[in-house]
Amino acid sequence: MSIKKFVVGCFDDEKVLFPAIKNIRRAGYKIHDVYTPFPVHGLDHAMGIRETSLHTAGFIFGIIGTATALGCMGWIFTSDWPLNIGGKPHFPLPAFIPITFETTVLFASVGMVMTFCYLCQMMPGVKKHHFHPRATDDLFVMVIECTEKTNETEVISFLQTNGAIEINVQEAETGWWFGRYDKQQKLYRHEEVGY
Amino acid sequence: MSLLKYESQLREPLVDGDKDYHQVTEDICRPIEAKPGRLWYIGFSIAVCLLLFGIYSVYREVTYGTGEWNLNKTVGWGWDITNFVWWIGIGHAGTLISAILLLFRQGWRTGVNRAAEAMTIFAVICAGQFPIFHMGRVWMFFFVLPYPNSRGPVWPNFSSPLMWDVFAVGTYFTVSLLFWYTGLLPDLATLRDRARTKFRKMFYGVTSFGWSGSTKHWQRHESLVLVLAGISTPLVLSVHTIVSFDFATSVVPGWHTTIFPPYFVAGAIFSGFAMVQSLLIITRKVLNLEDYITVGHIEAMNKVIILTGSIVACAYLTELFVAWYGQNQYEWWAFRQNRANLFSPYGWAYYGMMFCNVVSPQLFWSRKLRRNIAFTFFMSVLINVGMWFERFVIIVTSIYRDYLPSAWSTYYSPTIWEVGFYLGTLGLFFTCFFLFAKYFPVIAVAEIKAILKTSGENYKKKMTETEKMDAEKFYIEEVENASAH
Repeated sequence: MSIKKFVVGCFDDEKVLFPAIKNIRRAGYKIHDVYTPFPVHGLDHAMGIRETSLHTAGFIFGIIGTATALGCMGWIFTSDWPLNIGGKPHFPLPAFIPITFETTVLFASVGMVMTFCYLCQMMPGVKKHHFHPRATDDLFVMVIECTEKTNETEVISFLQTNGAIEINVQEAETGWWFGRYDKQQKLYRHEEVGY
Repeated sequence: MSLLKYESQLREPLVDGDKDYHQVTEDICRPIEAKPGRLWYIGFSIAVCLLLFGIYSVYREVTYGTGEWNLNKTVGWGWDITNFVWWIGIGHAGTLISAILLLFRQGWRTGVNRAAEAMTIFAVICAGQFPIFHMGRVWMFFFVLPYPNSRGPVWPNFSSPLMWDVFAVGTYFTVSLLFWYTGLLPDLATLRDRARTKFRKMFYGVTSFGWSGSTKHWQRHESLVLVLAGISTPLVLSVHTIVSFDFATSVVPGWHTTIFPPYFVAGAIFSGFAMVQSLLIITRKVLNLEDYITVGHIEAMNKVIILTGSIVACAYLTELFVAWYGQNQYEWWAFRQNRANLFSPYGWAYYGMMFCNVVSPQLFWSRKLRRNIAFTFFMSVLINVGMWFERFVIIVTSIYRDYLPSAWSTYYSPTIWEVGFYLGTLGLFFTCFFLFAKYFPVIAVAEIKAILKTSGENYKKKMTETEKMDAEKFYIEEVENASAH
């Protein structure tokens, strides 16, 4: 959670975006993120982002679901309240399979979606700084972070030669906060920056 | 990279017209941002009226008890359970389209999945009403939930198919809702960033959860959707399998068959797709989305209908054959006398079902009819009528004449409040769908953009030109231009 300075370059074609990312990474600039209106395949590899392990989380949640269902049903029917249903066994595994399966799926999907929201910091009422309103429409927005060593004008001209159609410099909060999108809000620092 | 995207010319474009990314956003978001037309208001009013009638019917049932319905000693499951199975079957298309077709990498899924998933959720909500109100003392419905209670604790019977249903339908609803909503997030963010009015900024701001479109988030999103699709696929198949267990695990002639699970699943997909057709044919017309839900999409869904319809037909005939071949006199009686005898009290329902589900879908073998919108609409309604008959036939004809011939004289027909409850759920369904079409994008905007450059009509034309180009020229024009940037 801090306010940083960014150079924002907008591209209107993936064909131009990919070589630009390559060149910018090679030049040693730090790409904060690329915001795209739809999932562009191979972009994560081009940016050098590692694979997500969300599916592993899903597997773990699923196993927890299986164990919960079997454990609960087994405990209830064998020790807590062993009902005699037509003299049938107290732990009828085949009859427990449907509920076990459903609970596995339920735990895996609910757990995965919650993990997804946690990792991406998403929740109703969460507000973030969006670098360009058309990033969810038709532009691919590349955001380069400025450190003390970065020469802004150099980055801007570099982006220009790499085919960005719109370039600007923004100071922005990188994290999230609780807020409403219909209100302009000022954050705790940098009074002059209106969010 | 984009210049290497290629799709065969033999495939029809999935997006018609000269579109770019911005145009896609415009086309799909415009109906949401504009005032709804007259047709929307008329349709919405009719739906709300039906819903109100349904609420009154349910009020009567809750106040005076299930005696308000014509259920009797032998026919304990009548319209209510018929409608439950009918709705839950309709609710199978959405997740099938978004999960199974995603795994099969069917591009045409993108045009129809959002609306189909929404339809699924509304259909499951409607389905859930029936068993809940069928309980009679509906205020005690929470007794079915397994939680440590002060009544013993008395637990539900986990070996009972009716208990499996609670879990199956509950899980199916939750997972479908999550699947639908995670897909909606990026599109709601698109609406948020386009919003001009205060209400829309706030509403889409809250509902889009602060989605930004970051590459890392997209990567997780893709992974999430893929895994959800993977686990939803067996889930879809399990839900109607478990519904069929409600019947198949009993010892009632006509219900006690092992063919039920696959037969019910195929029937569910069959009726679900028919309902998707009915809804989308109207939606594409009213919201001017003919470029996104093309005749090609409708044809693809008709192909699914003919496949599942034929499986259903095969199941009907197998069931009939086995009833005869099995040499169980009670089973054979249920089929010969209670169903296939045209002059028996419910013979009309059996032959109505046979006509709607077995004979009529075979017309879709003709490509011309598959691509005819008016005919498809007519067929989609006919199929849903047929599938309603199927559930009615299975439930009522199996139980209205039981082992005691003295009980045979009672002919079950519904009261106005039973019909009213059914009409009420239709009202609920369409009310929800109209609101959805007004406030949410009925087509997955981001997914359409992702396939636009391979399956858009204008891009496919460009591909044809590139195809004719010789390799050397292609290299100079495409590859060097790209690397020059």
